[in-house]
Amino acid sequence: MTSLARPRSRGLRGNEGPFGWLFTLPAILILGIFLVIPILLAIWVSFSNWNGLGPPVGGQAEFVGTANYAEVLTQPGLARRDFGIAIRNNLYYVLFVVPTQTAVALFLAVQVNRKVLKARGFFRTAFYFPSVTSSVAITVVFLYLFGASGVVNGVLNWLRIKGPNWFADPRGVFHIVLGWLGVDGVPSFLAGEGPLGVTWWEWVAGPSVAMTALITLAVFTTSGTFMLLFLAGLQAIGQDIEEAALVDGAGPIRKFFSVTLPMLKPTLFTVLTLGLIATWQVFDQIYLAGGGAPAKTTLTPAFLAYEASFEGLRWGRGAAISFILFGIIVVLTAFQRWVLRDREGGSRRSRRRAGRMAQARAVAATTPAGHGTGGGGSE
Amino acid sequence: MKTHRHWRVLLLFTVVALIAACGGGGTEDTSIPITQGDQTPSTTAATGETGATDTTAGSDTTGGEAAGGSMTMLIGSSGDAETNAVQAAVDAWGEESGVTVEVIAANDLTQQLGQGFSGGNPPDIFYMSWDQFQTYASNGYLEPYAEELSNADAYYQSLRDTFTYDGTFYCAPKDFSTLGLVINTDAWEEAGLTDDDIPTNWDELADVAAALTTDTRAGLSFGLEYARIGVFMNQAGGTLVSEDGTTATADSPENLQALEYVQSLVEAGSLKFPSELGAGWGGEAFGQQTAAMVIEGPWINGALANDYPDVNYRVVELPEGPGGKSTFVFTNCWGIPAGSETRDLAVDLVEFLTSDEQQLKFSEAFGVIPSTESAAAVYAEQFPENAAFVAGNDYSVSPVNFAGAAEVVADFNASLEGFATGGDAQTILTTLQANLQAALDAANAG
Repeated sequence: MTSLARPRSRGLRGNEGPFGWLFTLPAILILGIFLVIPILLAIWVSFSNWNGLGPPVGGQAEFVGTANYAEVLTQPGLARRDFGIAIRNNLYYVLFVVPTQTAVALFLAVQVNRKVLKARGFFRTAFYFPSVTSSVAITVVFLYLFGASGVVNGVLNWLRIKGPNWFADPRGVFHIVLGWLGVDGVPSFLAGEGPLGVTWWEWVAGPSVAMTALITLAVFTTSGTFMLLFLAGLQAIGQDIEEAALVDGAGPIRKFFSVTLPMLKPTLFTVLTLGLIATWQVFDQIYLAGGGAPAKTTLTPAFLAYEASFEGLRWGRGAAISFILFGIIVVLTAFQRWVLRDREGGSRRSRRRAGRMAQARAVAATTPAGHGTGGGGSE
Repeated sequence: MKTHRHWRVLLLFTVVALIAACGGGGTEDTSIPITQGDQTPSTTAATGETGATDTTAGSDTTGGEAAGGSMTMLIGSSGDAETNAVQAAVDAWGEESGVTVEVIAANDLTQQLGQGFSGGNPPDIFYMSWDQFQTYASNGYLEPYAEELSNADAYYQSLRDTFTYDGTFYCAPKDFSTLGLVINTDAWEEAGLTDDDIPTNWDELADVAAALTTDTRAGLSFGLEYARIGVFMNQAGGTLVSEDGTTATADSPENLQALEYVQSLVEAGSLKFPSELGAGWGGEAFGQQTAAMVIEGPWINGALANDYPDVNYRVVELPEGPGGKSTFVFTNCWGIPAGSETRDLAVDLVEFLTSDEQQLKFSEAFGVIPSTESAAAVYAEQFPENAAFVAGNDYSVSPVNFAGAAEVVADFNASLEGFATGGDAQTILTTLQANLQAALDAANAG
C-alpha cells in the first residue's frame, strides 16, 4: 500500500490521488462523525451553560468562558471539593492498580510462557477468562463476595480475622495503618486545607476499604488482558537470544532483568499506557458499586462528570470535568513516555551494560544465520 | 476528465452507502445529536424498525381514527405489576382517544430522561420524581399544565407544594408515600410488649428499641441518609431552609438535638444501619429479621410480600419529637416536556390517570397511595393496614429539593456515614449549613 501511495505527484499513477481519498473516506467520515465532531461539540459545551435542553449549538446555550472550569478548579465550594475528592480517589486507584496489574500480568505471562509448564493452554485461557467476561457481571459477583457476610469475610473469619464491611467502609487504609501506629486524631500539620478544598489529612487517607475491593477487582479483571500482550512480547524474543544469555552465564533472574525485561520495553510501555488510561476513566464499577458510596470514597472524575450532566443537568460542568480528565491522562502519558524513553545520555554504567548486552545479542543473532525472528525490535 | 467523473460517482455511492450504514448502527444511541437533517430519507430507508420510539412512527397501528397517533411514556417502574397496570390504564384511555401509548419502563429514569431531552426527543409523558423536579423546572424542561386540570384543587396541599416552582403548580402528583414505623409483631410480642407500648415520643421509641434488641437483632434500623435523619430533624422542630427559601437554617440547636438523639440510639446499641446488618436497605434487614423495627414507606409492603412473606408486621405512625409530629412525603408527578407537540393529548391523559377511580386501580395493582384527598380516604378504608401512611400526610413535609440541593444532600449523606462511627454532629451541621447556603444563593440567583 505504501508503495502505491508514494509516487503520487506525477507519472503513470498521477490520477491515484483522488482514489486515495476515496479509500480513506469511510474512515475519515466515521471518525469525523463519531469522534471529531462530538469532541468539538463537547469542547464547546464545556465553555457554555448548556442545560441539556435543545441543541447545544444554535439554541439557548450561551458562552460562559471558563466558568465551568473555575467552578471545579478554583472557586471554593462543594463542586471543587467533590472534584478534589474524586481526583484523590482515582489517584490512589491508579497508583495501586497500574503497578499491581502490570506486575501480575508480567508474572503470569512469564509463567505460562515456560516450556516445562504442563497444560499451558488451560492456564492461558483461565487467566484470560476474566477479561472476556462482562465487567458488570464481575462487579456484581464482587459485590456479593465482599458483602458484610460474604465469602471473603467468611474466609477471614475462618482465619479468626474479623473482616471489614467492605463496600460500606469509608475509612482510608493509610488512616487505618496510622491508627495502628497510634495516630488517633488529625496531626496539626495535616489539618490545613490542601489543593482543591480537600484537607491534607484527607489527601493522605489512601484508598478506602471499599476502594481496595474495587482495586482488587480491577487487578483481577485486567491482568489477564495484559498477560496476553506480554505473552506476545515474550514470544517475539527469539530462542537464540535466550541461548546467548545462557552461554554468557546469566542465571534465570539475571536473564529476566537484563534480557527479557529490556526487550519487553515496548510492550511495557503499551501496557502501562493502556492501564493508565483505563484506570483514570473507571466508571462502570463505580456506577454499580453505588456511585461514590460510602462517603464519596469511590467517587471518580468520570462518575462525577456523569452525575453533573445527567442528574444536575450541568452539562457544561460535566464536559469540563471530562476535559480536565483528558488533560491529566495526556500529561501522565507524556510523563511516562519520558520516564521510559531510551536514554541516550543515561548513566554510564547502565550504558556500558546495555552496550555489552547489545553486543552479545548481535553476536547471537548473526551466528545462526537466517534464523532471526525479526520481532525483537526494542529500539 | 473521464476518470474524474468516474471517481465522483464512486464517491457519491460510498457516501450514501456509508450514511445508510451509520443510520443503521447509530439510531439506537440517541446521545449523539448531530446526525439529522438532509440524510433522513436514506436513514429511514435503511432502518425500518428503529423509528419505533419516535412519535412519527407507528401510524399504521392507530387504526384510522381521526385523532390517531402515538405517544411514548417513560416510567420508573417498581416491577411488572406497575408496568402492566400503567399499560392497561393507558390502553383504556387509548380506546377513547384513539391514541396508542407505548409504556417504556426505564432502567435508569434520570439518565434516560436526560438523554431524551438532550437528544431533542423526550418522551411525551414521564414520571418526574420529587427530587429532580426543581432542577427540571428551573431549567425550563417542564410544561406547567397542572392548574388546567379539573381536579387541580383535589390534591393534597403538601403534594401541590412539592411540584410548585416559582409560584406555579407545574405537574399533577400521581401518588405519594410517607414514612411510617414498621414493626415486626412477632418480635414485639416476644419482647413482652403490647399495643399500649407503641411509641408516641422519642423516649418511648428509645425504650422499645432497647427492649427489642437482642444478640442477633437490632431494635431499630433505617438508612443512614437525609431521607430518614431529616425526619428526626423536623420532629425536633428544625428545618434546613427558611420559610421564604432564601436562608439555610441547617445549623440550629433543633437539628443538633436530632442528630444527638440518633447518635444516642447508636451508642445504646439499639439502632443499627442496614449496611451494618448486611442489608441493602431497611426493608431487607426487616425481612431478614435482623431489625425488629424500620422506618420505611408503603413500598415495603410489596418487597416483604415478594421476598419475605412469612414476616408478620404492622405499620404505625412515627413517634413525635420535641417539635411535634413530622414525616417525609415522597412523590412523583406526571411530567410533560415544555412545548411538546402532544401537550394537549398528554394533559388529557393525565386527567384520566389522576382521576380518583384510576388512582384506586393503581393502588390495588401496586400499592401506591392516591394523591387526591378523596381517593386517599377511600384507600385508607380499603387498606386499613396502610392507614398510618395516609395519616402521615396530614403533617408531612417534602424533603428539600431546590435545584442544586441534590449535591448538598449527597454530601450530607456522605458525611453521615462517618457519623455512625462517632463523627461530630456539630461539624456535620456546620458543613451542611455552608454548602446549603451556597447552593441556595446559586439557585436564587439563577
